[in-house]
Amino acid sequence: MSEDFSNLDVLVIGGGNAALCAAITALESGASVLVLECSPKSLRGGNSRHTRNMRLAHEKQINPYTGAYPADEMWNDYMRCTGGMTDPELAKMTVYESPSILDWARAQGVRFQPALAGTLHLSRTNAWFLGGGKSLMNTLYRRAEALGARVLYDAEAIDLDIKDGRFRSATVRIKGQHTVQIAAKTVVVAAGGLQSDLEFLKGAWGAAADNFQIRGTPFDTGTMIKVLLAAGAESVGDPSQGHMVPCDSRSPKFDGGIVTRLDCVTLGLVVNKAGDRFYDEGEDFWGFRYAIWGRLVAQQQDQICYCFVDSKTINKFMPSRYPAIKGNTIGEVARQLNLPVEKVEATVAEFNRAVQPGKFDHTVLDDCKTAGLTPSKTHWAQRLDTPPFYGYPLSPGLTFTYFAVKVDRRAAVLMKGGQPAENIFAAGEVMAGNILPKGYIGGIGLVIGNIFGRIAGKEAATLAKKSAAVASKEATHAAK
Amino acid sequence: MPQSELIHIGEEMMAVCNSCRYCEGFCAVWPAMEYRRSFAEADLNYLANLCHNCSECYYACQYAPPHEWMINPPQTFAKFRAQTYEQFAWPKPLASAFRANALVVSLLTALMLVVFFFGAMQAAGSRSLSTAVAGGDFYKITPHEVLVLTFGAVGLFVALALGIGLLRFWRNIGEQTSDLTNPPAVMLAIKEALALKYLDQSGWGCAYPDEKSSQSRRWFHHFTFYGFLLCFAATTLGAIYYYGFGWTGPYGYTSLPVVLGTLGGLGLLIGPIGLWSLKTRRNREITDESQQGTDVAFIVLLLLTSITGLLLLVLRETAAMGSLLAIHLGIVMTLFLMLPYGKFVHGLYRSAAILKYALERARKSTLGV
Repeated sequence: MSEDFSNLDVLVIGGGNAALCAAITALESGASVLVLECSPKSLRGGNSRHTRNMRLAHEKQINPYTGAYPADEMWNDYMRCTGGMTDPELAKMTVYESPSILDWARAQGVRFQPALAGTLHLSRTNAWFLGGGKSLMNTLYRRAEALGARVLYDAEAIDLDIKDGRFRSATVRIKGQHTVQIAAKTVVVAAGGLQSDLEFLKGAWGAAADNFQIRGTPFDTGTMIKVLLAAGAESVGDPSQGHMVPCDSRSPKFDGGIVTRLDCVTLGLVVNKAGDRFYDEGEDFWGFRYAIWGRLVAQQQDQICYCFVDSKTINKFMPSRYPAIKGNTIGEVARQLNLPVEKVEATVAEFNRAVQPGKFDHTVLDDCKTAGLTPSKTHWAQRLDTPPFYGYPLSPGLTFTYFAVKVDRRAAVLMKGGQPAENIFAAGEVMAGNILPKGYIGGIGLVIGNIFGRIAGKEAATLAKKSAAVASKEATHAAK
Repeated sequence: MPQSELIHIGEEMMAVCNSCRYCEGFCAVWPAMEYRRSFAEADLNYLANLCHNCSECYYACQYAPPHEWMINPPQTFAKFRAQTYEQFAWPKPLASAFRANALVVSLLTALMLVVFFFGAMQAAGSRSLSTAVAGGDFYKITPHEVLVLTFGAVGLFVALALGIGLLRFWRNIGEQTSDLTNPPAVMLAIKEALALKYLDQSGWGCAYPDEKSSQSRRWFHHFTFYGFLLCFAATTLGAIYYYGFGWTGPYGYTSLPVVLGTLGGLGLLIGPIGLWSLKTRRNREITDESQQGTDVAFIVLLLLTSITGLLLLVLRETAAMGSLLAIHLGIVMTLFLMLPYGKFVHGLYRSAAILKYALERARKSTLGV
């Protein structure tokens, strides 16, 4: 098998957005490229398969956005979400280069859809893929193959032969059976984050990690991050940090994607396993609070809590994959959820007594709140009084981890001591922690993947051609 | 598959799709889905017939097999459509019998009718089925009255059967009979149906026969549909010439009925061959194999109609004319008889679904939702 891939310029490890952006750019630069995707073809694309849009700055209102989103505004949004904890040089590159992505993507054949009614708040800032992230990936794969990329599916890189910051070959397990050694002049590592490595999560979170759901692909086990760190690369980010949102507890362990998230919290009342409220459900708009709630749920006993709503609000949030547990009384719902019935009834009764009159409006921070209740509910507080009542069990759903490999502005992996590796580049979640070490801003992951994927592909191709030229010169010398 | 099992699969699918909504930029099905929170059988029947089977959603789906939820809208909706075609047909037992062996039933019926027309010609004392007739005048072989009587009777029956089926479907999906003639909605629906808007997808085309989007299916359907329409127009015009002006056929090669019929015949040749060829290359993971029979039967009948019609035109002054006429008439009558029970009804049910979608949009904007 290895002879098929002799004289390879660029080996791309990974098969998501960043990997394919790197592959396409390297191919366009004239390099030969092999892409290793560890999943079967039907599940290709890593977490990009579950994405939907990209946040791209644009100075004027152009198709497909509903308004202008200047790069300075995006920069401010970005700084607010990350609390300024970022590598400013790489972050600036990401934000200020983001406008170039739209035309680049269209040139690859990527289809965008017009702004839709239900998503107005993101239609100004984000470009939406027609059909979502899997459709994006289908297009990028088709483009890469048209340019001559070879793609191996079920091909998992499990080790890298690296000496003194120089990559020589990768050990690749094919279809979970035999392994092959694949050499290349340069390598782009774009193999995703660590969030599907349950052992790693346990190390960072303890036993609580057993009750996490992994919202994305089961293939992101972070093998390449670990291999690079073992080979002397510098790390970035806190291993115990991850982006988490509340998801339905009935979801599968992996790959539940978008449909398991629950958006009912701001409209309802949330109790833990003991039947107690523990946090202000109406603190702020859900868009600003869902990540905090993922973490809050993770801190409760058995990493589970329960959201109650009534008939007034059941249809006021996005539907989700699993039907609500329904009952004619709060107690009936609590019993089906295996909660202490009397305790939950008492919590709800106390809450109902504390609700003050107000004018309910879910589109603003309204004046519906509780008085004399701890913790209080500061907006959208309405009595749970209109049967039937509904309940959802909530678990933490992990979207991605922040722990990553440090890179420089050429996307070259930085070794301990600050020296860049000679021919090792990284893109996507493998290095996103440089730019997003905490917090989250919707649609930024694909932007990081695109910008650094393209840089890595370009750098790797240029270097491969240079080293090929040197090698041929040496060969000519030797012949003389 | 038992109906209850299919309904369960449909409900589960909608629970995922309506929570995801990534496909809402593709076709009418997804915005129509978003008008709803729960999905009863009638909703699924409606959405299934609104689906044009373009398959874009399947290739874009993060939950498609091998994901454990096995979301497969093209196949699931195809199964619902097959069920509606049978469930609302009149008389239903005819539809059930036909669906079981569509191609065999079609060919046997055609054979019987061809024999019948041969017999009718003999009985009418036509001079001969084996000698050329001057000017290709087929009324010398089959009296005009025989054609009018037999095709008139079949036409009335077919119109009745199609009408009853359509009304049953319309009521099932929760609409009033009077809304079938709501002028603005009907205009919009006609526009969308005639342009095959939902196979066009703003110019991208559809993922048929494979993942790569293309306009080929839309164009071959246009050839087929407009070919059929031109043939129908040619026949109608012939009748107007005959009854309105007393001009008896056959008409010259450059006359309007013959030109329309020839163009239509060519459309009915190119279109079905193209659709058939695309169909054979279709991804089998998303088709409902149980409909293979009725699909193929319809394509075969359309092709036989155009081939025999065009041959009849070319050879109408030779000795083969008599036999060709009997064969062509037998096939055309079979095609008409099979309309209410085969693939043809998709046009009616889908148009009705598009009309309902037009009505729903109008109601939403009136409500200001």
